[in-house]
Amino acid sequence: MSSKSAKHKEPFVRMVKRDDLSPRRAWCYRGIAFLLALLAGGLLILALGHNPLSVYKDMVLGAWGTPTVIRETVKLTVPLLVSALALGLAFRMKFWNIGGEGQIMMGAVAAGAFGFFTAHIFSAPVLTALMLLAGMLAGGIYGFIPSYFKARWNTNEILFTLMLNYVALAFIKFLMNGPWKAQGSSFPRMPMLVTGARLEQVGGVHWGWILALVLVVIAWIYFNKTKHGYEVSVVGMSSDTARYAGINVRRVIMRTMFISGALCGLVGVMQFAGVDYTITEGITGYVGFTAIIVAWLAKMNPYGMLVVSVFIAMLKRGSNTIHTIYKIPASASDVLIGIIFFFMIGCEFFIRYKVVLRGSNKKSHDENCGEEAQNA
Amino acid sequence: MLDLGTTLVMAAVLAGTPLLLGALGEILTERSGNLNLGVEGMMFMGAIMGLMGSFMYEQAMTAAGAQTIGFFSALAALVMSFAAGAFGALIYSFLTITLRSNQNVTGLVLTIFGTGFANFLGEFAGQQAGGYLAVGAATKAAFAPLAIPFLSDIPLLGPLFFQYNWMVYFALAVAVVMAVFLFRTRFGLNLRAVGEDPAAADAAGISVSRYRYMATVIGGGICGTGGMYMSMVTTSGVWVHGCVTGYGWLAVALVIFATWSPLRGILVAAVFGGLMVVRMYVSIPGLPIQIYEMLPYVATILVLIITSVRQSKKHAMPAGTGLNYFREDRE
Repeated sequence: MSSKSAKHKEPFVRMVKRDDLSPRRAWCYRGIAFLLALLAGGLLILALGHNPLSVYKDMVLGAWGTPTVIRETVKLTVPLLVSALALGLAFRMKFWNIGGEGQIMMGAVAAGAFGFFTAHIFSAPVLTALMLLAGMLAGGIYGFIPSYFKARWNTNEILFTLMLNYVALAFIKFLMNGPWKAQGSSFPRMPMLVTGARLEQVGGVHWGWILALVLVVIAWIYFNKTKHGYEVSVVGMSSDTARYAGINVRRVIMRTMFISGALCGLVGVMQFAGVDYTITEGITGYVGFTAIIVAWLAKMNPYGMLVVSVFIAMLKRGSNTIHTIYKIPASASDVLIGIIFFFMIGCEFFIRYKVVLRGSNKKSHDENCGEEAQNA
Repeated sequence: MLDLGTTLVMAAVLAGTPLLLGALGEILTERSGNLNLGVEGMMFMGAIMGLMGSFMYEQAMTAAGAQTIGFFSALAALVMSFAAGAFGALIYSFLTITLRSNQNVTGLVLTIFGTGFANFLGEFAGQQAGGYLAVGAATKAAFAPLAIPFLSDIPLLGPLFFQYNWMVYFALAVAVVMAVFLFRTRFGLNLRAVGEDPAAADAAGISVSRYRYMATVIGGGICGTGGMYMSMVTTSGVWVHGCVTGYGWLAVALVIFATWSPLRGILVAAVFGGLMVVRMYVSIPGLPIQIYEMLPYVATILVLIITSVRQSKKHAMPAGTGLNYFREDRE
């Protein structure tokens, strides 16, 4: 291969796959990419006529400065983290669940069916349990549908799950305008969940944050230490290999997507019964999409997802503060998040590949990689 | 007087045009093998930059003491929106084609970035302009329905075909040109080969990267013009926060329903547009309006299922779409 390509003109730059980059250097690269992203964001802030350092400082303080804002940041972290765990599970199987939004909405709606209409029948613990069960079941079924068609006919799951989001959104609008419309309300909205039926607060935030932390550990164990997790990984690497190994690929796909959808449904329940206390079109806060990127950046590692989702929540929360202080529109956080994501995604390439300039490489590929490993 | 049917068709065409432009951009992109989920982001970027283009042109003319000419204002909007969409697609292309990042993740980031960028800039420029961002009368007139001598006056046919704003005809022209390009030229054939089987195209001496870059960037530009339609026509040249929300995803659905064909896209765009506006004209008892909103997506899911069950290659997504191509990793 190399002797053949040597006859051709060597390209100006080419990419050589790295064998292995030590984790420390990989993190070093990520750190550099992150700083570059902050620099790019800083230029934007500078262009708006503010001092980037003080804006960044106020952003961090706005997320962690007082107990009140810390609670807000945690509230933003929980749905992002649990959704990332859910979607990460599917991505390990190379099943692109872009339908987190819809699964969250369906979970919230199912919880609403009990929360709005049976609060006077059941006691609080029973009602909470019912809402959780119903929400997870609904989310699970909503995740299961596309996986059934994927497993049976190889229907494109990216487009299928994406479309289901908007079916769910229209369904919420339908309920809001018609059957579930709050009595006496002049504009379409659903009623508020009665106080007794809301999730208990622990440390000023609904107890879902504890559940989320527990789920991180459970997810890590499930991914790495169980037969199910192993099957998911094998199917993700190659469904043919999985089939040869005697794994029932269809069943794994459907089971995993049910779990993934159920976890998203859980997010819907928590947002409904723990944060918003009602259901609107904005119940998801876009986490179904953002969590995809969180899971990806964390390389499907639950602990990584915890770190990334805390960080994103901080940016979201902090941008509210800088909106108040500097009159910078709150959408600035999306711009900044976009820039940071672009840099972080781009940097993964430099972790996996090495850029070789023309003429700089007299040695063969293999020697080079060996040297790289020694250096590292 | 116009009867209900004519009014409905006209409204459907007007509502379907931004969807058609968004879908056409995505058809070109997906035909090359890139599944760019950033359509919504690129449309948002085109929406704000198109509006800014006209706005800045007007400001410059006012500063120079010259008269604002609608044609140039519209041209500024078109060029700026195309450039903005193409810029978004260029970021996407660089990350996915050169840096080999995952297409879905990159596309979603582009959507987040583009949405934030547009809402941010719209609000910021609005603050600077003293309240809100809006274009002047000359520009608005340039996006008003056309009055073509004779043709627009023909009873029935005039309103049905010759009384739209110029963007409608622009979108139709793009669709026809794209259909000819894809199915009647060698470059189009090469492009489709790149999307269906990049390894085979590569072996045949076609530069996969170059085709993907070109198609994705031009496609992004077309998406951007679709967004400009939203800010210039739908909201009449006033920046409305989140004005594109949902349209980009509906355009992605349209691509599937049109089975990756530009000409079928025209028809589907009119149908989708019709579903969006029909509730304002007719109400079917027992069928709530929100169910109409569901229909395009449900119909799209059905198309997905049917094509996969029938294993129809002709009407399915190009086989290489969604996956990056690296010559070294080829099996």
